[in-house]
Amino acid sequence: MSASATRHFIAQRGSAMALVVLGLWFALSISGLESTEHAVVLAFIADPINSMLLMVLCTTLAYHSYLGVQVVIEDYVHAPRLCWFSLLTSRAVHLAVGLLSVYTVFDIGFGA
Amino acid sequence: MSNTERPLSPHLSIYRWPITMTLSILHRITGLALAVGLIALAYWLLAVAAGGTDYQQAVALMSSVLGRLCLIGWSFAFFLHLANGVRHLFWDIGRGFEIRQANASAWFVLVFAVVMTVIFWMVL
Repeated sequence: MSASATRHFIAQRGSAMALVVLGLWFALSISGLESTEHAVVLAFIADPINSMLLMVLCTTLAYHSYLGVQVVIEDYVHAPRLCWFSLLTSRAVHLAVGLLSVYTVFDIGFGA
Repeated sequence: MSNTERPLSPHLSIYRWPITMTLSILHRITGLALAVGLIALAYWLLAVAAGGTDYQQAVALMSSVLGRLCLIGWSFAFFLHLANGVRHLFWDIGRGFEIRQANASAWFVLVFAVVMTVIFWMVL
């Protein structure tokens, strides 16, 4: 699926480092929200800087998650066809969930 | 011809489970849990975008007992995977491989994850 082992290694570490920063930012931001009222949450996501960071976060999360799940599948699913099918499913689900998240944030932040 | 002096390994009756093994397994489990959490994150974003009763429904779901348990679990998984990930990054540059260091960092990650989870939910 994904090119070489070295590429996988570097991509996993690179996305991990980005997620240390983005993840802590998200955790801090969420805990800093005054309430779970819709207006408060919406205003947080709609802020241009926040929505851009959230889109980067969602993309990186989906990518890092895909790389991690790939390793788990390759480790435990030994039947070649099932392994191939699992990897394909994981790729499709990660792509769909990632795109959906990014699009939703974009819609809140920059949509009409 | 039996040599009673030969070393026996692994000696299961006196085997002590190393903390580093626990962390290795937890890294996988929390990673998988967080992967599932991405679906919840997408659902939350969609609910915020939809607003109105859809958002109220999401809030109700998140404040239910099962919802709270999941969120607390995901926050713990997040902090543990994050801290242990940094631990892995240090290993990648060749640091922290001594047994004492690896054991100490393993305990640090566990304590960090618990403390951060408590702080996170106290502040929120």
